[in-house]
Amino acid sequence: MQQDARNEGKTLLSVRDLEVSYGGTPVLDKVSFDLKQGERVAIVGQSGSGKSTVVGAILGLLSGAGRITHGSILLNGEDLAEASQEELRGIRGKKIGLVPQDPMSNLNPSMKVGAQIADALASNGMRGRAAIKQRAVELMTEAGIPDAERRYNQYPHEFSGGMRQRVLIAISLAGEPDLLIADEPTSALDVTVQRQILNHLQTLVDARGTSLLFVTHDLGLAGDRTDRIIVMAEGRIVESGTPWEVLLNPQEDYTRRLVAAAPSASLSADPASDPPAPERDRPAPVLSVRNLAKEFKLRGQRGRRIQAVDDVSFDVHGGTTTAVVGESGSGKSTVARIILGLETPTSGSALIKGESIATSNPQTRRALRRIAQPVFQDPYGSLDPTFSIERLIDEPLRIFNVGTRDSRRERVAELLDQVALPRTVAQRRPHELSGGQRQRVAIARALALEPELLILDEAVSALDVLVQEQILTLLEDLQDRLGLTYLFITHDLAVVRQIAHNVVVMKTGKVVETGSVDQVFLAPSADYTKELLGAIPGAAFAS
Amino acid sequence: MIRYLSTRLWHSAITLALASVVIFIGIRQLPGDPAIAMAGEEASPEQLDAIRSKLGLDQPLPVQYFSFIGRLLQGDLGKSTRTGTPVTDLLAGTLPVTLWLAAYAIVVAVVAGVLLGVVAERYRGRWPEWISNGFALIGLSVPSFWLGLLAILYLAVNLGWFPASGYVDVGTNPVRGLYYLTLPALILGTGLAAVILRQTRASMIETMSTDYVRTARAKGLGGGRILFRYGLRNSLIVVVTIVGLQLGGLISGAVVTERIFALPGFGKLTLDSVFTRDYPVIQAVVLVITVGYILINLAVDILYSVINPRIRVGSN
Repeated sequence: MQQDARNEGKTLLSVRDLEVSYGGTPVLDKVSFDLKQGERVAIVGQSGSGKSTVVGAILGLLSGAGRITHGSILLNGEDLAEASQEELRGIRGKKIGLVPQDPMSNLNPSMKVGAQIADALASNGMRGRAAIKQRAVELMTEAGIPDAERRYNQYPHEFSGGMRQRVLIAISLAGEPDLLIADEPTSALDVTVQRQILNHLQTLVDARGTSLLFVTHDLGLAGDRTDRIIVMAEGRIVESGTPWEVLLNPQEDYTRRLVAAAPSASLSADPASDPPAPERDRPAPVLSVRNLAKEFKLRGQRGRRIQAVDDVSFDVHGGTTTAVVGESGSGKSTVARIILGLETPTSGSALIKGESIATSNPQTRRALRRIAQPVFQDPYGSLDPTFSIERLIDEPLRIFNVGTRDSRRERVAELLDQVALPRTVAQRRPHELSGGQRQRVAIARALALEPELLILDEAVSALDVLVQEQILTLLEDLQDRLGLTYLFITHDLAVVRQIAHNVVVMKTGKVVETGSVDQVFLAPSADYTKELLGAIPGAAFAS
Repeated sequence: MIRYLSTRLWHSAITLALASVVIFIGIRQLPGDPAIAMAGEEASPEQLDAIRSKLGLDQPLPVQYFSFIGRLLQGDLGKSTRTGTPVTDLLAGTLPVTLWLAAYAIVVAVVAGVLLGVVAERYRGRWPEWISNGFALIGLSVPSFWLGLLAILYLAVNLGWFPASGYVDVGTNPVRGLYYLTLPALILGTGLAAVILRQTRASMIETMSTDYVRTARAKGLGGGRILFRYGLRNSLIVVVTIVGLQLGGLISGAVVTERIFALPGFGKLTLDSVFTRDYPVIQAVVLVITVGYILINLAVDILYSVINPRIRVGSN
C-alpha cells in the first residue's frame, strides 16, 4: 500500500541515456532510471559495475578524468549534466545530500565534528553562530548521537565508526535535501550497528518525505530497505523491479547468479549443499583452545588494561570448519593471532596437535608453523607487490628448504591448479590480478607446505559476492580433497552458514555461544546471537 | 598537554647534557693548538706552556669539562682566547643578527612556499604550476652563494633596490633593519621555500583527492573554504614535519649568507672562531647551535600537535 502511494508521486530525478567515460574509456552505457518523490530506490552491483559512477555523475563529482559524454540527469526538470560547477554547488547539499561510504575517511580529521556540520549549514545559507550551533546539535541528536552538545566539540577520531556515520548522516540532512544518496553507507560497519543506523536513516527519510537513492553491493540489504531495485553490471542496468521481483524471480542470468551467491539472501541453505555433519567418534582435535586470555595495556593510560580475549575455549576437529564470529573488537582476530604464535597469551593455551606455538622450543615451533597456515583478509596488502606470483607461492617452500628448484616449480604449478588459477599467472605480479585471483594466490601459498589447519581471518570479507561465492566453493572443495581443517574468522554470519560446521560466537573477548551451525542458527540461545542473526539483511526473502 | 611538554623538556635536557660532552671532547680532538694560534708559530715552548696553564688546558679533560659546565651554569662561557672578550658579549652582539635573519628567512620561505605550493596544486597542468615548479627547481639546485652574488649584482648594484651589504639593528630601527635584511633573507629562504613548495604541492594533491574533501564538496561548500580549511590545514601536518627537519639547515645556510652580505652575525663568529681554534667561542657557538636545534624540534613538535588534533589527545 505504502509502496503504491509512493509510486504515484511525481518524478524527482530522471536519468536518461547517461554515458560517462574516463579518459576515453566508457564506463556507463545508456543508464536510464527514474526516482519519484518519496521513493526509495536501490542500485545494486559489484565493484566496477558503475554504481558509484552514477552517484558521481549526479553530484557532478566524478573523480579524475571522468566526464559525462552523453545523456541527461534531470532533477526537478533541471539538467545536472549541463550545469556549471557554480550551479552544482547550489544543488549539492541543498537539493541532493550524500551519505558517503566510509565513515573513517569522510570526515576532516583536523576539524571538530560540530564545525563540519556547521559548515554544511552555513553553505546552505544559514546565518548566525548561535543559531547554526543550535541547529547542528539538533541534527546530531536527530541522527542518534547521544550527548550531542558535548560531542559537538570533539574531533572525528574521538568517535566510533557508527557514530561517525551518524555525523555524516547529520551533515547530509543539514540542507533538507529532496534527494538523499546513500553510497554504501554501512558497508564498513558491523551488522548490528548497520541495522541501527539504517533504521534511523529510514525514520528520518520517511519523516521528511525525502527520496532515497541507496547504492549497495548487498542484495539482501537492498531488498530490506527499498521499494525498487536496479541491478547494474559492467556499466549497464541489467534488471530492475520490486525487491520481490528481483530477489524471488530474477529474469536475467546475471541477477540470478547474484541472488544465488548472496549469502544473506539465501539463508535457508538447501540441505544438499549443507556441510556434512561431523562424525562423533574422532581422534583428538587438531586445534584445542583452552581458557585463553589476552590482556593489552593501553598506551599512555597508566595501568589501564583491556581484556581482548577472556577465558576462550573451543576445539576444532580434523576435516571440519569452525567459524569464530563476532563484531569488531570482539577479540576474534586476537585469538587467531595467538594460535599462529604472532601474539603470546596472558594465560591459557592454544594447542595445535597438543603443542603450543607460544611456549614450545624453536624446532617444534617451526613444525607447528608448517601445520597451521594463515590466509588474511586483504588480498592486496598481504602479497608483496614486487614478487612474482611464482615467487610468492614458492616462498614458504624456500623458507623451509623443501625440494629442489625444479620440484618447487612443479609444486607451484600444482598449487595453481588446486586453486583453479591458470599456470600462466606464475610469472605475473599481484597488481595484474583481480581481488579474487589474489585471494586464490594467498590460499595457494598457505597450501604450499601441506598444512592441516588453515586460519582464515576474514578471508572473503573484502570480496564481491560472486567472487566470495567462488572462493568459498574452492575452500569447501579443498577441504573435501585434502581433508583440511579450517578456523574461519569472520564478522559475516551469512557466510558462516554456508561454510562452517561449528560456530563460536564472541563478544567483547568472551565466548557467548558455541555449537553446530544448525543449533546456533535455528535455535540460538544467547541474546547476542539472536541480535546478530536478526541483523542479517535480506532475511525476509530467505524463505 | 602539560605532561607532554614536561616530558619533552626533560628529554631535551638529557639531549643537551649529552651534546655538551660530545662537543667538549670533539673540539679538543680538532687538529691545531690554541696556544700556538694565540702566541704564533715562533713562540717558545715555555711561552706556550704558560698560555696553556693560563687557559687551564694543562688540566685533565674531565676536570676541564666540569669546570666548563660549572661556569656555564653560572652563565659564564669564558673569554675568547683570541681577543679576551667575554664569550657572552660576543654572542649577545652576533646572535640577534642571525636570529633576525633566520626568522625573516623562515617567514619568506613559509609564505612563498605554501602560497606557490597551493597555486601549483590549484592550477595543475597550467602555466602557474610551471612557474612554481621552475622556481622550486632553481631554489633546490642553485647554490645560495651563487644566487646571493647574482642578487647583489642585479638587485643591489645594477638596480639599486637593496643595499649590497651592511646591517642596521632591527631592534632600534625596525624598518631600516628589515630593509637591510631583505636580500639576505630572500637568499637564505629560497632553498627552504623550494622544499616547502614541493612538499605543500605533493601533500595538497593527496589531500584534495581524499574522501572528506569530496564530502565537503557534496555539502555544497565553496572552493576557497575547501581549499584552506579542508585541504591546506591537513596538508600542513606533513609540511610542518618536513620544515622542522629542514630548519637546522638554516643555521649552516646563515653562515654562508652572512659571509656574502658581510653581516656581523653568528655565522661569521663561528667561522672566525674555528679558524683561530678559539675553544671557548667554538664551544659556545656549537652549544648555541645545539640548543637551537633542540628548541626548533620542540617547537615543531608542539606545532605539530596543534595542527593535528589526533596527536594532542593521544598524548594526554
